[in-house]
Amino acid sequence: MKASWPRPSALIPYLWLAIFFALPFLLVFRLSLSDSALSIPPYAPQIDWSGGLAGFRRFLAGLDFDTYGRLVSDHLYIKAYISSLSFAAQGTLFALLIGYPMAYGMARCRPQTRNLLLMLVILPFWTSFLIRVYAWVGILKPEGLLNAGLGLLGLPNIDLLYTPAAVQIGLVYSYLPFMVLPLYAVLEKQDHTLLEAAADLGSPPWKSFWQVTFPLSIPGVVAGCLLCFIPMVGEFVIPDLLGGPGSLMIGRSIWMEFFANRDWPFASAVAVALLIMLVPPIVLYQRQQVRALEAGR
Amino acid sequence: MSEPGAGKPAKARANGGRRLNIGAVRSSFAPWNDPSAVPLVRFEGVGKRFGDQVAVEDLSLEIYPGEFFALLGPSGCGKTTLMRMLAGFETPDTGRITLAGEDLAGVPPHRRPVNMMFQSYALFPHLSVEQNIAFGLKQEGLPKAEIAARVVEMLDLVKMAPFARRRPDQLSGGQKQRVALARAVARKPKMLLLDEPLGALDKKLREETQFELMDLQVELGVTFLIVTHDQEEAMVMADRIAVMREGRIAQIGRPEEVYETPANRYVAEFLGDVNLFDARVSQIDHPMARLEAAESLEGFFVLDDDCPAAGSAVSLAVRPEKMRISLEAPPQGTHNVLAGEIWDIGYTGDWTNYIVELPGERLIRVARANASRFVERPIGWDDKVYVTFDPDAGVVLG
Ligand SMILES: Nc1ncnc2c1ncn2[C@@H]1O[C@H](COP(=O)(O)OP(=O)(O)O)[C@@H](O)[C@H]1O
Ligand SMILES: [Mg+2]
Repeated sequence: MKASWPRPSALIPYLWLAIFFALPFLLVFRLSLSDSALSIPPYAPQIDWSGGLAGFRRFLAGLDFDTYGRLVSDHLYIKAYISSLSFAAQGTLFALLIGYPMAYGMARCRPQTRNLLLMLVILPFWTSFLIRVYAWVGILKPEGLLNAGLGLLGLPNIDLLYTPAAVQIGLVYSYLPFMVLPLYAVLEKQDHTLLEAAADLGSPPWKSFWQVTFPLSIPGVVAGCLLCFIPMVGEFVIPDLLGGPGSLMIGRSIWMEFFANRDWPFASAVAVALLIMLVPPIVLYQRQQVRALEAGR
Repeated sequence: MSEPGAGKPAKARANGGRRLNIGAVRSSFAPWNDPSAVPLVRFEGVGKRFGDQVAVEDLSLEIYPGEFFALLGPSGCGKTTLMRMLAGFETPDTGRITLAGEDLAGVPPHRRPVNMMFQSYALFPHLSVEQNIAFGLKQEGLPKAEIAARVVEMLDLVKMAPFARRRPDQLSGGQKQRVALARAVARKPKMLLLDEPLGALDKKLREETQFELMDLQVELGVTFLIVTHDQEEAMVMADRIAVMREGRIAQIGRPEEVYETPANRYVAEFLGDVNLFDARVSQIDHPMARLEAAESLEGFFVLDDDCPAAGSAVSLAVRPEKMRISLEAPPQGTHNVLAGEIWDIGYTGDWTNYIVELPGERLIRVARANASRFVERPIGWDDKVYVTFDPDAGVVLG
């Protein structure tokens, strides 16, 4: 077949990506190359539209990577990146440890019960994310629900709000459905006769889990982990509402640079660096999805 | 249509190079007639229901060591359920199952010394062919070198050595079947359970595989229990067949026994084609009996074995290939003559099946082997024909 133009309907996703991803990214990227200055936009250099090609050349010459240089040399930002990655990695691990048994249990229920449980997993999406995170403030604050419960049990109070632990709780709570759903999808369609075959070949049930169920669920584990990890790294609302000064995360740094320091070029550089950092896991996720699609055929 | 039982002597030839006359080994093998023989497996009054669906009911059965035993019956008659109870995947509601004298109740599947080849093969998709075969051996905790050696042995046995590194999804149906078989026999089980092992294969491959399975069984000396709904498959391979009907056993016997002396109408009709005549025993004059039937004025003359007393209502079952068909009237005094007209002809190459219409719109089926390539005057549509059969050709069913 001759190479042909894609049908117009196939262009819609590209158009979408161009308008909502490529264009904003280019704007942010251009901003990150501008000169840091305590100025409201416009930032130097400006494109001199009247200067024609020469004007555009002058504009390009004015762009530089100074902001990135500052980023690399500033300890605080390196630390923020590392801390974000570590928060996200831990949060992903906890979400996996909690989400796997949940998905496994759901997949083993009778079909009617399954649908009900699936609904319950999705239910939190019906309320605003912000409200759900605020609710955790109510739970974790010193005179909140958690301590009230502990008090009733005669246990000592714990003060979690504005600690890294509170951020971790918030992350795991918020992203758990993104872990459970892909895991459930792979576990639910697993062929039960494989477990019978394993038992028939002398494998007790707990061993069959590690030899058959788990390896076959790895595509779900990878998808769930990446779906949690990628947005967790850049999370802003949760560390802002639940975290204290100890919970340094890059999302917050970006916000600070944009709105507190008003250094837009530098803030843009922080954001672009974050995006570049997330490219490998995103590519991994994409490849894994394509493979899953092909295997499903 | 191939003659039942004809498969057995052919086995040694089908095997190619190896000279193993299984037919000869088999024909003297009959532990079920030996009162001192100890069965390997014993089902005693076993019953199983799913909700109000009865799958197996009050079933008793004994399978002897070294036997190739087939469970034969239509789909839904409880064959798989019976096999799954032996493997430990279903628990009998009533009765008990023993294996080598040990009651299996409460023994989980992974501790039963039987292995099953699943109808869907159930190969592990994330493991290669050799890892699949090694799976059962690993569970026993055998040393690595021993596992590797056994895997190689099994790969050779099923001629899958060139595919050792492949994944199941890179194999054809026949190859998957071989891997599933190798995986199931790798542990040298006391008994191998095969649930419709050839169901997914095409006809040619199925026939080849039948002989391979039989050779394998003799070679390994393992007892085989095979489930099938294909009567030809069961007859070719099995030492004994249990014909099942709605969760019960209708008859157990050697292939030629169940085919030639079916115990009832159900078995007669399930195994191959049969013409059934409703009749009444009018006279017994040893060794002959005379039956009155609507199809024949003179009545049918048959051997009197197993014939109930005069006056009883019976069915006379005559297989199509045991009837003769001719355009000329048989000589005067010939018994069991039916005159009719050809209604339909089905030519299958080796056989021709004639559907003959008797007076009263009664249809019977007659089969004739096409022994010569050209016939002077072939039988055609609407010809008047005479159908005859010998007194020992029919079976009287109570
Ligand atoms: N797990 C089950 N749940 C409910 N009914 C079942 C189950 N397994 C088998 N049955 C029923 O039991 C009967 C026997 O089934 P099965 O043993 O699979 O028959 P076969 O293998 O001879 O085709 C069928 O009527 C089937 O519907
Ligand atoms: Mg079945």
